[in-house]
Amino acid sequence: MPTSTKQLDELIGREYRHGFVTTLETDTVPRGLNEEVIRMISARKHEPEFMLDWRLKAYRYWLTKAEPEWANIHHPPIDYQNISYYSAPKSGKDGPRSLSELDPELLRTYEKLGIPLKEQEMLAGVAVDAVFDSVSVATTFKAKLAELGIIFCPFSEAVQKHPELVQQYLGSVVPYTDNFFATLNSAVFSDGSFCYIPPGVRCPMELSTYFRINEKNTGQFERTLIVADKGAYVSYLEGCTAPMRDENQLHAAVVELIALEGAQIKYATVQNWYPGDKEGRGGIYNFVTKRGECRGDNSHISWTQVETGSAITWKYPSVVLRGDNSVGEFYSVALTNHYQQADTGTKMTHIGRNTRSTVLSKGISAGRGQNTYRGLIKVLPGAEDARNYTQCDSLLLGDRCGAHTVPYIEVKNPSAKVEHEASTSRIGEDQLFYCTQRGIAPEEAVSMIVSGFCKAVFQNLPMEFAVEAQKLLGVSLEGSTG
Amino acid sequence: MLSVKNLHVAVEGKEILRGIDLDVRPGEVHAIMGPNGSGKSTLAQLLAGREGYQVTAGSVRYLDMDMLAMPPEERARAGVFLAFQYPVEIPGVSNALFLKTALNSIRKQRGLPELDAMDFLTLVRDKMKLLGMDEKLLQRAVNEGFSGGEKKRNEILQMAVLEPSLAMLDETDSGLDIDALKLVADGVNRMRNAERAIVLVTHYQRLLEFIVPDVVHVLSQGRIVKSGGAELAVELEQYGYGWLENEVQVS
Repeated sequence: MPTSTKQLDELIGREYRHGFVTTLETDTVPRGLNEEVIRMISARKHEPEFMLDWRLKAYRYWLTKAEPEWANIHHPPIDYQNISYYSAPKSGKDGPRSLSELDPELLRTYEKLGIPLKEQEMLAGVAVDAVFDSVSVATTFKAKLAELGIIFCPFSEAVQKHPELVQQYLGSVVPYTDNFFATLNSAVFSDGSFCYIPPGVRCPMELSTYFRINEKNTGQFERTLIVADKGAYVSYLEGCTAPMRDENQLHAAVVELIALEGAQIKYATVQNWYPGDKEGRGGIYNFVTKRGECRGDNSHISWTQVETGSAITWKYPSVVLRGDNSVGEFYSVALTNHYQQADTGTKMTHIGRNTRSTVLSKGISAGRGQNTYRGLIKVLPGAEDARNYTQCDSLLLGDRCGAHTVPYIEVKNPSAKVEHEASTSRIGEDQLFYCTQRGIAPEEAVSMIVSGFCKAVFQNLPMEFAVEAQKLLGVSLEGSTG
Repeated sequence: MLSVKNLHVAVEGKEILRGIDLDVRPGEVHAIMGPNGSGKSTLAQLLAGREGYQVTAGSVRYLDMDMLAMPPEERARAGVFLAFQYPVEIPGVSNALFLKTALNSIRKQRGLPELDAMDFLTLVRDKMKLLGMDEKLLQRAVNEGFSGGEKKRNEILQMAVLEPSLAMLDETDSGLDIDALKLVADGVNRMRNAERAIVLVTHYQRLLEFIVPDVVHVLSQGRIVKSGGAELAVELEQYGYGWLENEVQVS
């Protein structure tokens, strides 16, 4: 093996930093999935009839479906009867009403993760909804947001307090029949975040959800629903971590975004689930359905994601461009290291006239990581003058990893303009030598080259998040070299 | 300062350098000339620390250190600089960030405080002006979209900022028009002083009209076949490398 490859291997061999377990008394249902479990989840949440009906319909539909097999990922079969579908910290049985009611152990967990839950940390300027295993444990800044008419609360609370909104929008972008994992989520989801921005309101702070899987053998199935009414604006951040465990844990979330006329939603994710160890043991299986709909004219949805974690990532944040002149964007950095596998990309469906979409994907593969970009650009017959620009770049570190690009383009309107550019490069020994010959340490050089590669995506992240993302990439790649 | 003794180097089993002896003292400017494939670039790259060469015999000492045992970043921090024949592009990394990171890595090693952005800019702007470089190049990605001349000047800028003790320039004159060549030569001449050694690797004598060397070596088939003063370069220009190769064979 050439020395530079060996150096790269050392550089990328760092340990996961969020791998600790919090000891809490929990209320966890026995493993397995049947109608009784679903009724029990619904009952614990004191849900209205329509929710239970919806869940049961989803469950019955799910029984008829099989896992999709088209993705470029490999894993042993998932035993869905060996997962517990609900786990909640005991002290928060009915949901804490304020931060002071939170288990201090839980607060310490979030402190360790660097999540500002205390409202005293106003300066952070981020309102956080924290989801721990299955339930939402704290939402900060609620009162302040309420003054503007903004609803930002745990999903279970929205079901109680705003059932009409939930009923109107739930499943309207990702129906329960959408795909195997979304269907499963519809049946068993236990919590998540709900957000509604009233007409003409610009949300004055970043809203944020923080997800953490703690309990052993549980899956996390959260559901996020964000509605930006006419002319509203919201920027939303999502972060994720999990303890280190030898067995794989399932995460099957659904996120639905709805932008009405003239509304804008920016959704950013930094996903740092436990990726498994160097031999590929353990780690999160992340099967997530994220889709936004530009329902009104002149609306705008953008997804930005930085995916550094999970053993498997299966995720295609998409935009349905229904309104005329609507805009969809997808900016992505996906890093796979060791035995991680990522099959990620987006779907842009152009329905309205003069709709525009931009896709910018940066895949980084290291170790034995496999990274696939899979994207669909679909222009329907009515989408006069639709435009898409797609750019997929792959960077390879070392010689045992892989990068794959699978673009699909379906155009049914002759006025459409669709562009696709793709590149694959290797961190060259040339680049590395150029840096080290100027006195720069190899690990700093790799980190600098990778950051440069991702720059165009990071520019779309909110400031503090961009710094975090850069650090995260640095951490994933830093290490000692000879 | 630099002492190369009986250096034999192979690449993938093929011997490229076959017994090089070279002594460079502080304050001297050496020119290493030779036809294509004579091993000049290999020598410069090897001295700068590039991987992929097998040293089969000989030694290299730099400031009394075993230079071959040092990784490239340590050589750089000890004052070794190579101006690349083909400067490398690093997309997304600004020229300013790159150069500041390099400078501070070297300063740290020397026990100097790191320069902040303001001090760095002041320093680098002055040097750019002297090289006739557009300041906008600082915010552009390293060498990306630079013209050939801009890339070469960027190398000289880096040299001027990093202030090496041993500067090696690999074919810095290639691809430059006469005006750019003069600017580059001026930049190099300004750096000549009693402490610094400069090694010019070049195919043509053209650069040496502007940077007059103290010693000229002619490299052919992996060996230094002749050394002399600046006048040797002029003779080479007149008679070509064939003349020397014949002479060597005769002797």
